[in-house]
Parts: sequence; structure tokens; C-alpha cells
Amino acid sequence: MRQVVLPVLTVLAAIVLIWYCAAVALNAKWVRDQAARADEQVSFSQLVAATMVQERPVMPAPHQVVQGLWQGLAGQKVTSKRSLVRHAWITFSATMLGFVIGTAAGIALAVGIVHLRSMDMSVMPWAIASQTVPILAIAPMVIVVLASLGIKGLLPKALIAAWLCFFPILVGMVKGLRAPDRMQLDQLRTWNASGGDTFWKLRLPSSMPYFFASLKVGIAAALVGTIVAELPAGATSGLGARLLQGSYYGQTIQIWAALFTAAVLAGMLVVVVGVIERVVLKRMGMVQ
Amino acid sequence: MSLLIASLLFWALATVACWQIAARWSQARWAKMLVPALFGATLLFLWEGIVRGLNVSPVILPAPSQIAARFVDSTDVLWMDFAQTILKGALSGYLIGCTAAVLVAVLIDRSPFLQRGLLPVGNFVAALPIVGIAPILVMWFGFDWHSKAAVVVVMVFFPVLVNMVAGLKETDPLQRDLMATYSASYGQALTKLRLPAAMPFLFNGLKIATTLALIGAIVAEFFGSPTRGMGFRISTAVGQLDMPLVWSEITVAALAGTGFYGLVAAMEKAVTFWHPSQRSDR
Repeated sequence: MRQVVLPVLTVLAAIVLIWYCAAVALNAKWVRDQAARADEQVSFSQLVAATMVQERPVMPAPHQVVQGLWQGLAGQKVTSKRSLVRHAWITFSATMLGFVIGTAAGIALAVGIVHLRSMDMSVMPWAIASQTVPILAIAPMVIVVLASLGIKGLLPKALIAAWLCFFPILVGMVKGLRAPDRMQLDQLRTWNASGGDTFWKLRLPSSMPYFFASLKVGIAAALVGTIVAELPAGATSGLGARLLQGSYYGQTIQIWAALFTAAVLAGMLVVVVGVIERVVLKRMGMVQ
Repeated sequence: MSLLIASLLFWALATVACWQIAARWSQARWAKMLVPALFGATLLFLWEGIVRGLNVSPVILPAPSQIAARFVDSTDVLWMDFAQTILKGALSGYLIGCTAAVLVAVLIDRSPFLQRGLLPVGNFVAALPIVGIAPILVMWFGFDWHSKAAVVVVMVFFPVLVNMVAGLKETDPLQRDLMATYSASYGQALTKLRLPAAMPFLFNGLKIATTLALIGAIVAEFFGSPTRGMGFRISTAVGQLDMPLVWSEITVAALAGTGFYGLVAAMEKAVTFWHPSQRSDR
């Protein structure tokens, strides 16, 4: 544990230090311009102090972002439009819906691909091709089209999230369901097991480690999908909409605070999946 | 209505054909090409049949034939957008980002301390919604392709870095001992043994990064762009309800994405021909 904590803390400290330097360097121009306009001379220490407290800095200093984050998370009522908790909740619910849809689709396709040779040959190349399509390009259109059909709210965003997260799960599950080797499959045949038995008692259990590994990738992808789906739709709520509004009005601190909320949310989701993975694999006796 | 029935009939027939071909000639080379092609053709046919048969408004979903017509009509606009977004934004960002990631990976390779510190951070950042920094970078680098390239650099950097660091660890002690008995210097061992051994991992990262590069370049245009570019065209065409043009842009994006991925995959095949995953008789 100590072997990891110290290096990670060092790297993080270095990042914060670089960030402060960058904040001074990038914000200095505005301070100098202001001073030149007022016909004043600024000393270096005044310059540094002034770059830390701007209202709309080019690069907000870390403590400003933390302040903005704290204000958004704890300084507002949860129902307020400025509350990051509310926006994060909206993004989170769409992410979860998309994640469930994408996982179900991925598992269903994987089961079909493993059992039907014709599906393996026809669907798999297209599943791969579907991922080279920058789906986010379709995001605004999917939302406009679905809105014109009367479908609004969570579902359009969830569909984009589902599209992004079904592929890692499909690939992981195909690999996992094929993980049992010849010997194990032959063993089940000598026991005269049916196809269903082979699936439930051998293939599905042995796919679990692959399943959880791809769930972690999938949930992060679903979150990215939801955030981008919130960008172009003219949505007023959700972390993506916060980002877009911040960029329209030059509110850099708001952008960074929304970005960090998204990062914390992503981290929490991955950790939760990791904990579930540990518990399930332990109960199944797959962790040594 | 008859069109709808015809397309459904075609779908049923093609499914049976796919099934039969897959059952009988699954190892044949032509079957491996034909079955996916047939499946794709059925999807297009079904789409055309449903749109025409049920009179779906082109504002909701244009038929493939309409999209194809619009595509042929507006090749010059599409080419301009392609050059702006893919060639200038995505490609330059991809090259800079991947080169930087490989260089950093080789540099931190000598320090286990930095590796232990950077890898968890890199893994964490690789899972973050990095597209979110697009508005910030657009603010810094302006509306033209430079800001798009910057977004792409940040997006591809971490996946490639994490893969490359993992790849550089791939050699086993036996191989490194062999290099030591040859009294190979650090540089020689790096170029003759460890870089080649890292290639399968590197290409894994490079392939993931192709899609990320296109996504980054297009999404960054939603936050501000000159009056050309695929992201710009998509968002304005949606506003004008010009869906065939939107779908033409998506076709371009899909073709570019597939081509880009195919190119990297072909390079991988040429570079890592020795790796077990490249053998045909698996």
C-alpha cells in the first residue's frame, strides 16, 4: 500500500504545482492589461496575488475550483438550479438507465454470437464497425428526432449512453462465454448436459471476471455518452449542460467545477462496480 | 405497403441464406466476406422499406437512397468538412498525442517511482469524461482546428500512455538476462527487445485512440468552430432539419472512422506479425 500511496501523492502534488504555475502564467496577461490601463506598475508578488482571485480567469487556480465545487455541492439547496448535486443526479440517472440498456443488449448479443455461428459471422463485424462511427456525432440528431416523436427526458440520453457502453460488454462477454476450455465442455458432454445446463452452469459462471472487467469500462463510457448527449440538445440540466452554459458565458470556474463533479462521479461509479465485483467473485470462489 | 412487405421478405430470405452459408462454409474466405456484407445489405434494405412503406417523414429518418443522393450532391461541402475536421483537427492531434504518450512512457520507464505514481493517475484519467475539457481548450486555442487538435491530444494521450507503459513491462526476466549476457546497453535492449515486445500493447492503445480522436475533433466543434467542419455542419443541419445532409456527414464520419481504424490495424499486422493473435489458424 505504501509503495503506491507515496508516488501517487508525489505525482498529484506535482500536478497541483504545475497547475498553479500555469494559472499565474495564463492569467498574468489580463492583470498586466488592467495595470497598463490604470497606469500602474505591478510587482511580481502583486501579479501572483491578482492571478489567484480573478472572477473569470483563463485558468482558475485549484483553490478557486475547489471553492466553486464546494459551493455547487454544499452551498446550495439540492433543488436549486445552481446545485451541482441536482445536475449530477440528472446525469447519473440517465447514465444508469443507459448502462442497464447497454448491458442487457451487450449480454443478449454475446449469448447469440456464442451460440449461433451465423450471428457470429454476420453481427460481429458490424458491431466492430459500429464503434468506429463517432456516435457522439449522431447525439444531437438522435435527441432532436426522438423529441419530435414525443420522447423526451432521460431516454434519448440513455440511448446514447447505451450505444457507447454496449460494445465493451459485448466483447468482454463473448470472450468470457468462450473462456471454458475444450476439456470442461467435454466433461459436461459426458454428463449429458443440455445446452441450457452448459450455459448456466459452466459458461455464465466462468464469464464473470470478464463481465466485471467490461462493466467498469462500460459504466465510464456510459457517463461520457450521457454528458455529451447533454451538450447539443439545448438541455438546461445535467453536467453536460453546465459545461455548455459555462462556455457560453465564459464562466471558467463553473466549467471546471462541473468537470470535477463529473470526474468524481466517474470515479465513484467505477469504485462501486469494483466493490460489487469483489463481493460477487469472492462468493463464487473465484478470487484466491 | 408492398415495399415494406418486399423488404421484410428479403430480410427473411437473407437471414436463411446467412444461416445456411454459415453452417456449411464457415471456414471459407468468401463466406467470411459475404455473410457480413449480406447482413449489412439487409439492414439497408429493411431501412429503405420501412421508411418508404410506412411513409416516415424525412425529417425523422431519411431513406438510404435519399441520403445517397444528398451525399453525391454535396461532395464538395463534405470534402471541405472532412479536410477541416479529420485531416487538420483529428489527424494532427492524434499524431502529436500518440508521439508524446510514447515518449513519456519510454522516459518514465526508467523510474519505477514515477511509474507507480503515474499509472494509477493515468488509469483514472483515462476513465474520465475528458471531452469535457473541450470548452476550455476552445477558449484557449481559438475556434480554428488548433483547439480541436489540442482536445484530441489530451484525449488520446492517456490510453496510449497506459498501454505503452504496460507494454514496456512485457519482457520476461529470461529475455532481459539474455540481453545482459550479450552485454547490450540500455538503448540496445530498448530498441531490440523491449520496444518490439511492447508493440502489441501500443497498437491496442492506438486502435482505441482512433475513435477517440474522431469523437474529440467533432465534439470540440460543438463549442465553437469556423463555418466549416463536420461538427459544425451537423449542428447547423439539424437546426435546418436537413436530415439527409446530417446522415451524409455521419456516413463520412463512419467511413473515416473505419478507414482510420483499418489503417492502424493494417500497420499492426505488418509490425506485430510474430504475435500469436496475428496467426490465422487460431
